[in-house]
Order: sequence, then structure tokens, then C-alpha cells
Amino acid sequence: MRELHTRLAKLFPLGELTEQRTNLAFVSVPQEHLRSLLLHLRDREGFTHLVLLTAVDWLEEGQFQLTYLLSNRGKACDLGVRVMIPRDGATMQSIHELWPTAATYQRELREMFGIAFPGSPRVEEDFILEGWRDIPPYRRDFDTLKFAVENYSQRPGRETHDPATHMKQQLYPGET
Amino acid sequence: MKEELKIRVVKGPDGVEFEVEPLRDYYCEAAPTVMPGAYIKIVEDMFNWARSESIWILGFGTGCGAIEMRPLMTPRFDAYRYGVQWRPTPRQANLFVISGYLSTKTLKRAIRAYEQMQSPKYVIGLGSCTINGGMYWDSYNTIKRLDDYLPVDLYIAGCMPRPEALLAGFMDMKKLIRAGRGEGANLYAENFEWYKANQKRVIHDWDMPDYNW
Repeated sequence: MRELHTRLAKLFPLGELTEQRTNLAFVSVPQEHLRSLLLHLRDREGFTHLVLLTAVDWLEEGQFQLTYLLSNRGKACDLGVRVMIPRDGATMQSIHELWPTAATYQRELREMFGIAFPGSPRVEEDFILEGWRDIPPYRRDFDTLKFAVENYSQRPGRETHDPATHMKQQLYPGET
Repeated sequence: MKEELKIRVVKGPDGVEFEVEPLRDYYCEAAPTVMPGAYIKIVEDMFNWARSESIWILGFGTGCGAIEMRPLMTPRFDAYRYGVQWRPTPRQANLFVISGYLSTKTLKRAIRAYEQMQSPKYVIGLGSCTINGGMYWDSYNTIKRLDDYLPVDLYIAGCMPRPEALLAGFMDMKKLIRAGRGEGANLYAENFEWYKANQKRVIHDWDMPDYNW
């Protein structure tokens, strides 16, 4: 992985390599170099399989982190490519020409995080949610409890117990 | 609205063009009506006895609770010995087991399936998710109480209830039906407006007729 990173760093402005395991590492890259890096990894380095494309909402930094996890089946190792994009008006170039399966991930990200992927096939269609009107639910400023209380009728009488205190009262009722 | 539900002009094989309005043409618009009981109590009791002994379940697993229904079909628990069996289509079923959490997306399908079932029909809510949301109490996408949307005859509590609990639930369901208290379909017909209003409050892309069967 180190070796690969050294090789890649000569061609692309890469960030530090984070090694999770011997066969799994993550590297960050600026948005404009992502496509050429992915193409290079796919065609020259044998990372032929896009395992997943996912996002993390860094609300405090005002950024989304996209992770493109690639797999090299021959060497049995995975490399995650991380890209930070601004949270306001989040837009990312689509990579559906590189991996057609990416279109599905991009549809999901558009729906759950509100990241636009112009040009991606069927990206504007509903994916999991149907008739969603609020802000995308995986954004961290979306208050899921508040939404649930406002939108769904609740059955009264629901209680919440702290498991530790509850079990203490159940098992040792005399003690305080 | 989906493309296939819009009004369009179709050219038939004989070259004649005609207009198709899917929502009106493919579905019956008549609202459900209350079915009166038999003319005499002893006959109605006999009907109820027969109904209670042939509980046919719609094999529609809406949530994780569906996994508890599989062992019931196999020799270990063998629900078939009680006259309970699973059917592949709503037309052949009279008991709808809502097995676990119901997302709004699944609720839409569940409503359609329920309405396509033949009367008299019954609904069992399985697991705590159907009762008060269960572990999905703060979820943005699951309904919290099932009886606002479908007329529930019986709840089986647990997360998840064991197959034995389901068997006990089926036995209770039989008792309810024999006592003439399995009136869910009539309840649905009587409070049709209320149920529809509740359903439409959570299903925002309502692209089906109000009642379709």
C-alpha cells in the first residue's frame, strides 16, 4: 500500500495515506483530480471493482466527504479514495461512465444527502423514499425525532427507561 | 404521478386509436361497503366457525418479523395443522399479518394488498413496531401505530415474538372470529374517510385510486 501511495503521489496531489489494515487504506484527493485518479487506478493499477460510494456529513466543517472504495481482486486489497466537497450546493461529477453501478449509489446519495450528480442516469427519480418533502434525511441537521413526532401519530404511554437503573430496580428492589 | 398512470392514447393491433385512463379503467372506484351478517344468528355463527377454521394468510413479509413465519410453515411448528396456511396472492387470503415495522413505502403496498383481499378479512400486527414504533420510534420513515391506517384485530407483542407466540395469536384470532368480533373489514368500510385521511397524511405521492381491488 505504501508503495502504491508513493507511486500515485508522483502523479496526483494526494493526501496522507491512512492504513486501516494491511490490505485496506484510505487516501484523500482534491475534487478535480478524482476522475483521473480513479481512471488510473482502474486501468493501470488493477482496482477494477467499485465496492461502494458513500458520504459522510461533516456539518461543523461545512463539507461532505465522499468515499470511493475500490477493490483490487488480484492483490486482494482495497483502497478508499476520499474527496471533500463543500456542503452548500453540493455537486459532484458523476462517474457512471467508469462504473455503471455508481449510478445507483449516486441516486441514493442525491436522495439521502442531497448531493447533485449532473448527468448520472435516472438520478432525479425517487430511489428509496417516495414523495419526500423535507431536507434529505441523512444530513445531520435533519432532526429525525422531531420529524417523526410531527408526521406520525404516536401511541400515548410510551416510556423510556435507562437499562442500567431499570435492571437495578428489577434485581435489587430494596436498594437505592 | 408515474408515467404509466397518465392518460394516454394507445393504438390497438387493428389500427384503431383509443384513449386509456389507467386510474379509472384498470381499477374499480366503488368504495367498500359494510357487509351485513347472515339473516339469523345460528347461520352467522356457522359462518364464523368456518371462517375461524380456515385462516389463510397473505404471504407478504413487510418487515423483519416475516422471518418468524417461516418456521411455522415447517414441520417443527407446523401451523397447517390448525387450518392456517399461507397464500401467494391477496385474492386468496383473509388474514394479513403485518410482520414488523412498516415504512411508508411499504404501507402503500400493504394498503393495496389489504384492499384487494376478500371480505371478511383480518389484520394481525406482529411485533412492537406495529404497536408503538418499537425500536423505530424516532425513525423518519416508519409509521408508529398501525391501527391508524388499517383495522387491526389483534396485536402480538414482542421484538420479535417467537413462533409459539404467533401460534397463540392465531388461536386468539380464531376465538375472536368465532365470537363474531373479527369485524375489521366492516370497520374499514364504516370509517373509510378517516382511514384514507390518515393514510394520505403519511403517503405523500398518492398515485393510486382511493380504493382499488
